[in-house]
Amino acid sequence: MAKATIPIVSAHAPSPSFEYFSTKKDEFVGWARKFSLFPYPFVTACCAMEFMAVSSTPYDTDRFGAALPRFSPRQSDLLMVVGTLTHKQAPVLLRVYEQMCEPKWVMAFGACATSGGFYQNYAAVAGIDRIIPVDIYVPGCPPRPETVIDAIMKLQDRIAGSRHPIITKTF
Amino acid sequence: MAAAFLDLVQRQLVLAGGDAVFSHNILVITLPPAELLGMARRLKSEFLFDLLLDVTAVDWPDRTPRFDVVYHFYSTTHLIRVRLKTRVLHRDPVVDSLTSLYGSAHFMERECHDMYGIVFRGNPDLRPILLYENFVGHPLRKDYPKLHEQPLVPYRT
Repeated sequence: MAKATIPIVSAHAPSPSFEYFSTKKDEFVGWARKFSLFPYPFVTACCAMEFMAVSSTPYDTDRFGAALPRFSPRQSDLLMVVGTLTHKQAPVLLRVYEQMCEPKWVMAFGACATSGGFYQNYAAVAGIDRIIPVDIYVPGCPPRPETVIDAIMKLQDRIAGSRHPIITKTF
Repeated sequence: MAAAFLDLVQRQLVLAGGDAVFSHNILVITLPPAELLGMARRLKSEFLFDLLLDVTAVDWPDRTPRFDVVYHFYSTTHLIRVRLKTRVLHRDPVVDSLTSLYGSAHFMERECHDMYGIVFRGNPDLRPILLYENFVGHPLRKDYPKLHEQPLVPYRT
């Protein structure tokens, strides 16, 4: 006996151009987002010197669309934690992270933000990933500017290659 | 000039009953905690040590008066330093506050209270300055466990 087939009802009227666009939307949104990273510099310690070097003209992070720091977490989508995080500052970092709107990414800049570095004592958090999720780690004490640029490019590749589900819900 | 002046300070203080020696070209005065405030007042008014540079402590875990409380003064007239040391007991680590003489003593005594638990009698505000509220213990004491953390934010699992 043949089964009765239930026809799939699409919410959208079938249109070739829409079908083509929906297959490409993640790629398109990823392309747009990877070149519009607005960093929020959460700068706590000596790595700030290297962060300034990265932001300066010779290294020119504007090539990657990541040059303009936003000093409000509401307007930024890349949280750069630059330097040692102490236990006293941990609630501040968590609040800043929670205030950022989706989509958001986190970069642990330098050895201290990555793992606590050489601080193993009452004061320092051994890596910010104990508090908030981290997308990319930058090694070094402090990192060379080339390392930071490499991290930005790796993060861009990741953004370009990932799905962007907010758009999927709406479409 | 400076050496002659320090010599004068040393002679006057030895006459007054203090124990004063030279160590690495700095005059070091050791005295009981009860005489601390009077000595600081004399140093400020008679010998013009008008700048309080530092308040800190040293923990000697096996010694009977366990803590040294150490003060450094500087004279902007004579351009020399002097060090004041006093010993306090572990069960009663109390010294007189110098806030009535030096405004800079407020914050430095708070820090010393954070790190070593020295109580400065007369300091109106001994809240934590580098540590946070509800921090238990004093981290620069030798018996504070080296890896003991007191996180304010629960760790992710």
